[in-house]
Amino acid sequence: MATREFAAHEAHAHAAPQGFIRKWIFSLDHKVIGLQYYFLALTAVLVGMFLSLLMRIHLIWPNIALPLLGDIKPETYLTLVTMHGTIMVFFVLTTAPQGGFGNYFLPIQIGAADMAFPVLNMLSFWVTALAFVVMLGAFFVTGGAPLHGWTGYPPLSAVPTAGPGEGPGADLWVISIALFCIGALMSALNFITTTLDMRTRGMSMMRMPLTCWSWFITAILGLLAFGVLFSAGILLLLDRNAGTSFYVPLTVFSGQIVAHKGGSPLLWQHLFWFFGHPEVYIAILPAMGLCSQLVSVFSRKPIFGYKAMVYAMLSIGLLGFMVWGHHMFMSGMSPYTAFAFSIMTMAIGVPSAIKTFNWLGTLWGGRIRLPSPMLFAIGFVSLFVSGGISGPFLAQPTLDIPLHDTAFVTGHFHLIMGVASIFGIFAATYYWFPKMFGRMMNERLGRWHFWLTFVGTYCIFMPMHYAGMAGQPRRYSQFTELHYLEKLIPLNTFITFAAFVTISAQLIFVINLFWSMKAGKKASDNPWEATTLEWTTATPPPHDNFGGHAPTVYNGPYEYSVPGAPKDFVMQSDPTTVAAH
Amino acid sequence: MASYTPTVAMDEPEASTGRPGGSPPARVDGDDDFHSPSFDARLRRARLGLFVGVVGIIMIFVSFASAYVVRQGLPTFDSRTNSLVHDWIPVRLPRLLLINTWVLLLSSITIELARRRASRNAALTQVASIPGVSMHSGERPSWLAMTVVLGLIFLAGQGMAWRELAASGFYISATPSSSFVFLLTGMHGVHLLGGIIALLIAGLASLLRHSASSQLIWLDVTGWYWHFMALLWVSILCLLEFVR
Amino acid sequence: MGLVLLVVIWLITFISTYFFVAKTWWLPTGASAAAAGIDHHFATTYLLMGIVFVAAQASLGYFAWKYRDRPAAAPARYVHGNNTLELVWTVLTAILFIGLNLMSSSIWASERFRPAEPGATQVEVTGMQFAWYFRYPGPDGRFGATKPELIDPSAGGESAIGLDTTDPASKDDVVTGTMVVPVNREVELILRAHDVIHSFFIPNMRFKQDAVPGLAIHMHFTPITIGDYEVTCAELCGLGHYKMHGMLKVVSQEEFDKWLAAREAEKQ
Repeated sequence: MATREFAAHEAHAHAAPQGFIRKWIFSLDHKVIGLQYYFLALTAVLVGMFLSLLMRIHLIWPNIALPLLGDIKPETYLTLVTMHGTIMVFFVLTTAPQGGFGNYFLPIQIGAADMAFPVLNMLSFWVTALAFVVMLGAFFVTGGAPLHGWTGYPPLSAVPTAGPGEGPGADLWVISIALFCIGALMSALNFITTTLDMRTRGMSMMRMPLTCWSWFITAILGLLAFGVLFSAGILLLLDRNAGTSFYVPLTVFSGQIVAHKGGSPLLWQHLFWFFGHPEVYIAILPAMGLCSQLVSVFSRKPIFGYKAMVYAMLSIGLLGFMVWGHHMFMSGMSPYTAFAFSIMTMAIGVPSAIKTFNWLGTLWGGRIRLPSPMLFAIGFVSLFVSGGISGPFLAQPTLDIPLHDTAFVTGHFHLIMGVASIFGIFAATYYWFPKMFGRMMNERLGRWHFWLTFVGTYCIFMPMHYAGMAGQPRRYSQFTELHYLEKLIPLNTFITFAAFVTISAQLIFVINLFWSMKAGKKASDNPWEATTLEWTTATPPPHDNFGGHAPTVYNGPYEYSVPGAPKDFVMQSDPTTVAAH
Repeated sequence: MASYTPTVAMDEPEASTGRPGGSPPARVDGDDDFHSPSFDARLRRARLGLFVGVVGIIMIFVSFASAYVVRQGLPTFDSRTNSLVHDWIPVRLPRLLLINTWVLLLSSITIELARRRASRNAALTQVASIPGVSMHSGERPSWLAMTVVLGLIFLAGQGMAWRELAASGFYISATPSSSFVFLLTGMHGVHLLGGIIALLIAGLASLLRHSASSQLIWLDVTGWYWHFMALLWVSILCLLEFVR
Repeated sequence: MGLVLLVVIWLITFISTYFFVAKTWWLPTGASAAAAGIDHHFATTYLLMGIVFVAAQASLGYFAWKYRDRPAAAPARYVHGNNTLELVWTVLTAILFIGLNLMSSSIWASERFRPAEPGATQVEVTGMQFAWYFRYPGPDGRFGATKPELIDPSAGGESAIGLDTTDPASKDDVVTGTMVVPVNREVELILRAHDVIHSFFIPNMRFKQDAVPGLAIHMHFTPITIGDYEVTCAELCGLGHYKMHGMLKVVSQEEFDKWLAAREAEKQ
């Protein structure tokens, strides 16, 4: 009978899979998929870091011949710049926080058995993995990987004769990004549907942990932004291969006319940055959500201003779509439009400031514990402030005139994306490791990792602001040609040495990660004494997350130090001590 | 929900929450929904997912449309005359595109008939308890198959329209306007092809060993997707025809 | 650990702020009329943002230490927030940020909203991989036509920009690889590019503008100090981006007239 058939199907769908392939390769389990995303990102970050190391070496010693790799020519340097940026932004910052931790913990934190569409989830990972392989493939084709920067402005990215690597390498770059967009859209679909439709009983939207809010809003941003990047990429592929002229006007390279006509390079910039600005919020929002989580857990205090935090993230998401022109102040765009964008950009600083005040407000009056996850959370707040403060400089077109396309910009976005966001990933790893693997990460190694990275990254990226103010342009493969840049070479040398130390320190993390999986101290189900639903379940969680019984939620996610409660934390699913919220 | 969609809860009678007439509540009690969400819950979830996905696809076409509008008005610098000139030549759209539009709209009707018949069958099965009655009992005509055929005819028609355009000198790289014609129709065609594949999956559900409920959900969601494709096509056509 | 956090955060804050205040590495000397205003606004921004920076970092470090968990510590305060405080600091931040931007808007307007004054020195700047060329319209005040087919960078000068010598207006056009302008007179630039996007950046003049293929962008600035100033490219344009530089020489009006006359004479 049809109805029994219905029920039987569902029950079967949630039985744990058997066999290596179904369990680990084409798994439909969001936890496995989350780990797959995480390890993809880990691979990508190691590649990306290696590329940046080569960049820093070349800047200080332009003529050195490296073992195995030989000379780094100016065009090779630019290839490193391009691939470093592309790999880090897409395959690390847009992958680990959302695809990695979001996939793993969103369903559990809202009390669901899995994501809404497990098959789609599995496909989204494999499409992303394929995109990564295609991206790496660009290194190995004729001409090598492209040199047009992660921003890929045409005509440089649209005309194969514009430079080495702009042939098949650039095509693979665009195709990889297009694939990534598809994977990201699939993933966004899953996150949004899951959050809206699968919260367990009692888990209202305003009782969700801020991590869930951040993943939800990030998914909405991704849904609206990645389609635009995809379109931009299709137009670029057509210009490159089908003779169209969406982006390219008539151009002449070394006396050779390239027969495009009438295209607008600014069109790419508008489309790209319409995606690109929400993208940076996609990179940071999950870290913000996690930071809120951690400062609350480890101060043993409710988050200060939960509603304000939600509205702040929503505002950041919304305003994030209205500021893209601030990347284009010098582009030839109308100065009136530029002014409008700059007002919106200053406005978006306001919700970010609110979140910082609220984190400080959470710490104030708390009982702060400082294990590794909390160190990284506090580090995140410091780095977010530093990276954020340079924003209002760049947001004002008048000040953007001397600062645009200088190292000041590089310092700004690295502090906020390349460090603060990464600290979010580190914090998440140390925090959720016990739940994912049943063991604790080594605390002493965690501390070494934190201090070396925290100080090291400041030493790398703070000086870039000074260099930028002094007029050091971005994407220069060496500083030997301009007289006024010579005095900045010692500063750059310092940065390179700081990079050596900091990159080496990441080995501590990698060793800690893999060693602890096998030999870390065994973890209890709730080692941090936290209140959210993932800590109510077994470690690691069973296939359906909760062992057959959907949890019911009675409390908000941050009920710490509730007066009169037996312990200094009240689980969300605890019916006996129902807090006011 | 459409009027033919069952308003009776699809759970086992014992598990039903007993609410008269209307759809079951959003949260089904306890463990049932956790492991075995009700049919209505799954349908709602699938439709929500489709809606979200459609929003994502809309952004792709919004980007193309805004590029189209911007490019139309963009003067280009002619170094010969040292001045700005407009180089937009509107494309005369082949009549064939209008015929294709009717084909697609017709297919929207057929898929809707397929969708409603399937959900009616499911409701009847629930109530009638007649053993051996299945969803796709081979009733003629198969609206689903007809939709697939119409979809393929549409795509073939698009291909013919492309050839006609190219033959009259408007190939993809000829002018900015022709580039957009090929781009918009091509991207739509790709998405429609995806829809056709989804329909085939729905149609071959029994071969793929899908449960009856999955089949119905798949068909329902694909039906809505198909309507979106038709709406999208009409929008594209209006853009190309009226925004010149 | 709380104390270490405080010390390290405060040290980082102090050291970074020190280098900003000491101007160890700073904006190059301003030599244009707009520079004073831009630099002044820069200083205002960084003073205000500096205060916020120091206050936020110092509080962070302080709280991490003061509210550390220890046996004698009071239980954490069970407080969910304070709406009044939220409102206050939201409004204050908005006033600060938007206020700063509005303060600088007049500079942006004067730089970008109005066209060049009549009588400005006209220079057409053309960027190509990997050099800048400068063209002066000569006594007739008109730039001659250029044709893409005539572009030949290897032949330098007029051929590099594709000057159409059959056009009568081209006869008196002067094309150079160095930009020379008279002091205290507005310079009108017409920015063009042949191949990819370049960006014409003169740090001392606080001037930057992308040169985009397919566009002829009009900008202006007024040099106020005689001297030689390096010009760089500030938009990634290919493998030679790092060496795409030029020189701007600001000279007296007499010297400029002499120089231009000499270039015109060479053309005969």
